[in-house]
Amino acid sequence: MIVPHLPIIQVVIPLLAAPICIVMHRPLAAWITALIASWLTFAVAVWLLINVLNADAPILYSLGGWAAPWGIEYRVDTINALILLIVSGVSATVLPYSLASVRHEIPLRQHHLFYAALMLCLCGLLGIAITGDIFNAFVFLEISSLSSYALISMGASRRALTSAFRYLILGTIGATFILLGIGLLYMVTGTLNMEDLANRLPEAVPSRTVFVAIAFLTVGISLKLALFPFHVWLANAYAYAPSVVSAFLSGTATKVAAYLFLRFTFGLFGQVFSLSELPLESILTPLALIAMLLGAIAAILQTNIKRMLAYSSISQIGYIVLGFGMASQTGITASMLHLFNHALMKSALFLAAGNIIFKTGTANLDALSGIGKRMPITMSAFLLSGLSLVGIPGTVGFISKWYFLLAAIEQARWLMVSVIIFSSLLGAIYIWRVAEIAFLRPAIEPYSMKEPTSSMLIPTCVLAGSCVYFGLETSLTVSLARLAATNVISVEP
Amino acid sequence: MELLGHYNYWITIVLAMVGFYIVISSHNLVKKIIGLNIFQASVFLLYISMGKIIGGSAPIISEGTQVYSNPLPHVLILTAIVVGVSTTAFGLALILKIRNVYGTIEEDELQELDR
Amino acid sequence: MPSDVVIRTLAKLLIPFVMLFALYVQFHGDFGPGGGFQAGVIFAAGFIIYSLVFGFKNAKRLLSSALLRWLLSGGLLLYSGVGIACLFAGGNYLDYSTLASDPVVGQHIGIMLVELGVGITVFAAMAAIFYAFESSDP
Repeated sequence: MIVPHLPIIQVVIPLLAAPICIVMHRPLAAWITALIASWLTFAVAVWLLINVLNADAPILYSLGGWAAPWGIEYRVDTINALILLIVSGVSATVLPYSLASVRHEIPLRQHHLFYAALMLCLCGLLGIAITGDIFNAFVFLEISSLSSYALISMGASRRALTSAFRYLILGTIGATFILLGIGLLYMVTGTLNMEDLANRLPEAVPSRTVFVAIAFLTVGISLKLALFPFHVWLANAYAYAPSVVSAFLSGTATKVAAYLFLRFTFGLFGQVFSLSELPLESILTPLALIAMLLGAIAAILQTNIKRMLAYSSISQIGYIVLGFGMASQTGITASMLHLFNHALMKSALFLAAGNIIFKTGTANLDALSGIGKRMPITMSAFLLSGLSLVGIPGTVGFISKWYFLLAAIEQARWLMVSVIIFSSLLGAIYIWRVAEIAFLRPAIEPYSMKEPTSSMLIPTCVLAGSCVYFGLETSLTVSLARLAATNVISVEP
Repeated sequence: MELLGHYNYWITIVLAMVGFYIVISSHNLVKKIIGLNIFQASVFLLYISMGKIIGGSAPIISEGTQVYSNPLPHVLILTAIVVGVSTTAFGLALILKIRNVYGTIEEDELQELDR
Repeated sequence: MPSDVVIRTLAKLLIPFVMLFALYVQFHGDFGPGGGFQAGVIFAAGFIIYSLVFGFKNAKRLLSSALLRWLLSGGLLLYSGVGIACLFAGGNYLDYSTLASDPVVGQHIGIMLVELGVGITVFAAMAAIFYAFESSDP
């Protein structure tokens, strides 16, 4: 009885959990509610994925019993089943961590609000991924954005407030651009359903309205995605947010935006139109390459460990967009793989950074001298996921970078190949810098410092361990990513 | 008058540009929020005007009317308005907090303070 | 607190009608224009007039922050609860037709309850926003 309703249950669980968190009011009760809700959503996501793979066709669900082009339809195929898995998986690992970390960073009387906002954010992100209706996607986008502004503003430093404000301004501009694009598409086609739109758009194609709509949508989503010229909000927002929020958002928010980008450019407008009639490819590729290099260089220059990781995220987003720009099956496969892998690595890195901040009280790199001896497990997890970020064989980072290289070689783009390799080397520099400070320098202060509590340590290790596990056992992720890519691009151009 | 025939689009464009300019140019955070509101309002107008059908009445079933305006854009924009209100409320609340912590809401002074 | 007789008298006259109109918009929403969003905002406007004229303290006595919290989440729970009830009645999420044996009656019940939930939440959200700005010292 429950199986046909799984798509809606996926979204409703966190939606229900949010008001319950507020009613509970007690910090511990709110945390337990959020924990149960996010584990349940993870279970549902796994179940959905299994169902999609078995059914070999998208799972459809019409809300309120209204049939597809009129009502809102939820549509789960291999692409968004993977995204749902990423989002709910990251939240399920991050929540056990949050008990100790949030208690340390946020005043007790705000805890129930914090968990409610986290649940709303989860609900919004899952909703964007699962819905088959573009306006519904906008609404969920705003739910997740508004709650993430709130989450970021709860950071301990006062700069969290200004970062959240800047994100609010840029995020709202992005969302309004998306709204404009959706409105223009609706004017041309008279429908909001993604499937229906994809069928009707080819008739309307040589129209200026559609071009303008694509322009607005691309810029709007790029703002949310933090693609190179629109990345200014990301660094501070991730750097000053509470550790849990940095880990959660870095693993999910940009991934979902990347998914939305993929849906719009390939799903709605169709690859032929997006990439051959429009110069989207020649816009995306240079931006992606610049993002990869500049993000990595900026990361090297940082002195704050979380800011460093945030800039590294900008560089990694460049990789993902690069795969979209290549518009080949291998390219999309690489991007989908990197979506999954980057979520694992970056969340693990932010959690490890959170452990350090929890114990030392500072995110400054110089203060971490010799910390590898005091907190060996945390720092090993950091190093492991850091190496994965660089792309050392045996880790997940290697797999996706390998596919990026394959895709670039396939199209004989040697500049791309060299930038991919060079950017990875730059990645090695900033990871090595932390490793050198943590392991090779003498400890400056005789802290009686130890590892944080196991509730924080275990999630960090689980994520770092899965970086290695999925790096060795690649069949699941690669086959999923391949399936998703063939769904997006049916014919090789 | 072909040029002014679609005057609703002109209003949308002018409002959007005015709002966008305010967001970018002003240093005062409250003014930024006001600019954002004008920007959003322009999109609301675009949606609402696209639902209008010339000669159509309000979409409430009644005797003697055949043509109704399209209610769907109105419903959509109601949601977007709610989103806009919550964004504004949250933005203003954030500004209050910034004011309490920093003692100013001018962007250049804030940057100076955080140096 | 303004002690002006004119303002107080006018507010006393005005508030009941504002709130009555809100209720009309709420419960007439399935026949004419209206619904929970608008009704909630109008009701909140009536409440905000009250607290502006008769003082924040009196308003807090009427509607404490704890009660507000319950209303805020209660409305959302009512909304999603109706959706879940539809699941158990054998339909899709928010498929009101399954709520009663006659689908038309079911649709009526469903939309009434959902709009009530929306109205409560919107009212509570507006009041909460007002409280948030009222209590902070600039």
